[in-house]
Amino acid sequence: MIDTGAYEGMIAETTVIVGHAGDHINAYMARPLGPGPYPAVLVFHHLPGWDRWYRETTRRFAAEGYLAICPDLYHRQGTGQPDDVAAKVRAEGGVADDQVVGDAQGCVDLLRALPQSNGKVAGFGTCSGGRHAYLAACRLDAFDGLINCWGGRIVTDADDVTEKQPVAPVDYTADLSCPVLGLFGNEDSSPSPEHVDALEEALKTHGKAYEFHRYDGAGHGFFYDDRPAAYHAASAVDGWAKVWHFLQRTTA
Amino acid sequence: MCTMIAEKVELTGSAKGPQGWFRVAQAYIGYDHPVHADEEHALSLDFVNEDLGPAARVAVELDRHTARTLIERIQAALDEADRYEDA
Repeated sequence: MIDTGAYEGMIAETTVIVGHAGDHINAYMARPLGPGPYPAVLVFHHLPGWDRWYRETTRRFAAEGYLAICPDLYHRQGTGQPDDVAAKVRAEGGVADDQVVGDAQGCVDLLRALPQSNGKVAGFGTCSGGRHAYLAACRLDAFDGLINCWGGRIVTDADDVTEKQPVAPVDYTADLSCPVLGLFGNEDSSPSPEHVDALEEALKTHGKAYEFHRYDGAGHGFFYDDRPAAYHAASAVDGWAKVWHFLQRTTA
Repeated sequence: MCTMIAEKVELTGSAKGPQGWFRVAQAYIGYDHPVHADEEHALSLDFVNEDLGPAARVAVELDRHTARTLIERIQAALDEADRYEDA
């Protein structure tokens, strides 16, 4: 909510967090200028990497009053232009789930230690970031809300697991300890509407609090306003409204 | 990593990137969400040299039809090259 009479400011910068196995990795952090207390959002970037859209999104959370941090989950594969690093990660079969969970724990520890924190942390991610957010919210008792935007491969076939991703995140659903907001495009193929059905069934089976919103005419990545073929304005506007409402309910 | 379709091959050659020519040592072949192509999924082909860091990369993203056409034309050129060299 914008108040034209109120002061508004933020700081956004690259920082370093202590991630999995004590590794130091880069992270982009944006936060409102003020004493708080503010809730926090841990932002999991997508397959194309730690890129401009994710930096903008991290600042967007800060502008709405959240302590936001987006770790470079590909930091160990090198630094440079995001798509160059992401190409290397893709060729290596992605990053290990255990590593992502460890990096998420490091971010949560930092966010909760900030003097401006209200103690609440939500996870947010799109595409593979949605998968990573879901995974972290199941394996860590650290989140107050989870926003999964079209996370792919949360539901997978038994023969689609790998050494780095040995368990389909949906199989951790019993351990999920926070409410879930799910946003999906009905024209998406990963996750397909059938994958979303299966995920919803798992949440129901385990009695988890969730709300799913599925958008006709929207495909994969319908928030990405830098991708004309993916962006679906009506769905994006409604989806972001759902995000803010969900965060207000779960992290205020 | 929505499809997990990824291949890697060691090779010998050269490519020209933003910093000029470099020795290519590997190629990555994938099919997943592209960075730039207006497709939900695209065939990605990256010529890289891992010893030179992530920036040593020449990348293309193609739709499946285009990629298959390219393969056919490469095969045709190589067949002709074999005939030329063997003559």
